[in-house]
Amino acid sequence: MANPGKELRGKVAIVGVADTEVGVLTGRSPMDLGVEAALKAIKDAGLKKSDIDGLITCNSMAQPLMYHAEATAEYLQIFPRYCMAVGAGGGTTFTAIHHAASAIATGMADIIVIAMADCMRSGLSREQALQVQASTGHPEFEQPYGPTVPAYYALIAQAHMAEFGTTQEQLAGIAVSTRQHAANNPTAQMRDLITVDDVMSSRMIADPLHLLDCSLVSDGGSAIVMCSAERAADLPHDPIYIMGAGEGHNHEHISAARSLTTSAAKEAGERAYAMAGLQSSDMDFAQLYDCFTPTVLVELEDLGFCTKGEGGAFVDSGALAPGGSLPVNTHGGLLSHSHAGNPGSMFALTESVWQLRHTAGERQVPKARHGLVHAQGGIMSSHTTLVLSREAS
Amino acid sequence: MSAPELTKILPPDTELSRPFWEGCRNQQLLMQQCKDCDRFQFYPRIVCSHCEGEQLSWQPVSGQGSVASFTIVRRGISKAYEAPYIVALVDLKEGPRMMTTVVGCDPESVAVGDTVEVQFEPWGSDLVLPVFSKR
Ligand SMILES: [Zn+2]
Repeated sequence: MANPGKELRGKVAIVGVADTEVGVLTGRSPMDLGVEAALKAIKDAGLKKSDIDGLITCNSMAQPLMYHAEATAEYLQIFPRYCMAVGAGGGTTFTAIHHAASAIATGMADIIVIAMADCMRSGLSREQALQVQASTGHPEFEQPYGPTVPAYYALIAQAHMAEFGTTQEQLAGIAVSTRQHAANNPTAQMRDLITVDDVMSSRMIADPLHLLDCSLVSDGGSAIVMCSAERAADLPHDPIYIMGAGEGHNHEHISAARSLTTSAAKEAGERAYAMAGLQSSDMDFAQLYDCFTPTVLVELEDLGFCTKGEGGAFVDSGALAPGGSLPVNTHGGLLSHSHAGNPGSMFALTESVWQLRHTAGERQVPKARHGLVHAQGGIMSSHTTLVLSREAS
Repeated sequence: MSAPELTKILPPDTELSRPFWEGCRNQQLLMQQCKDCDRFQFYPRIVCSHCEGEQLSWQPVSGQGSVASFTIVRRGISKAYEAPYIVALVDLKEGPRMMTTVVGCDPESVAVGDTVEVQFEPWGSDLVLPVFSKR
């Protein structure tokens, strides 16, 4: 295949990262959290607010704004020449990264802050929460049947089980290893270890998904700062380079998916690996979008970490756990660290930067050189894969 | 505030889909068929998704299909939906896949690959929705 985005490979780096606290943050607004994260990330980068000439945010469900990025710039009193709010659900985060990288490489901005926050836990009224559920799905031909968000993903899990013999216990194994990572992360919302039996005996939400197969609902914000590799050389931390980026888009509504068990993560991954000149076997860790356990299962297969249908056996091998051959969601993921809605996968990105800087403390993956981060939005609809590295060559 | 919650979600009225809902009211499952390639599509569009043909007509289909996947929803989306209920994807014999529900059986007895047949169920207002039952 052609080498997409080759001009961008290694040209742009992440130089500053920060998370706010996560969990139940009563009284904090998404705007406050996004601004807090942005300012901390700018400080982490060794830069000043006035250095920032690009800003990307995503809209917040708890505090929706018509001009979200512009309002954030105003609050911060910065005056960017590149400014937009993006919205593609969970896939938003990583799609924004390569747009920002392109803007930097073409000179449309020099230093871009990407800041995202939401208060899904304490900021939504009952009506807003219902609206979030009901706005998923085709309004004419899906929503009337009353599918909940877990139900859409359960359709994928059930199809995978029927086609490949995957078991509920194997799905549960994903929640278990994710919690093992979270136990090593002082900032994670849920840190008590769980067993496969705990998952299996938790309340059934939508067969085959139990409560502990489902991600958290959280408040929180996270931000990164990006600039060119040249500029990054003068800044305090090891730059973490964007080596590969790829998207794949399959469908919007699950009833229109070309396949229930193979997603466009496959194309996104192939494009990202081709740009990076690296393979799945080069990755020292992977942060995979885990709104529900089956998404991790399908992404492991589609991103080439195991063959199609072997995801369950790969989980059984213990690969995903701390010290395993492919640690997955080393911060605790959406299942155990936090899930603040659209900003959710930002925390996987900041974690990846800490891992590649070798500053992840107790949960450091030894000598991590390359990491993969993947996010999806919709119902396994829109996918973006990033390959990050501490080396630009 | 409790009254609206007891209403099931109703599809918005669109000119394009009106024949589909009219068919349901007449106990008939209609799908758009393309005059150029003879294939069926769902949901309705202004153009054939297979060949870009623009001559589409509404034709009755058999209503026979099989369960591509399903889930048993244990916590309903609102009080109007009494859990447990099935949300399923059904592949029609004629090709199109649709989201639907399976009724008239123990939800626990449904399996991927089950053959099912369309049935019509009043949904509120004057709407009738296609649902499926096991054969
Ligand atoms: Zn056609």
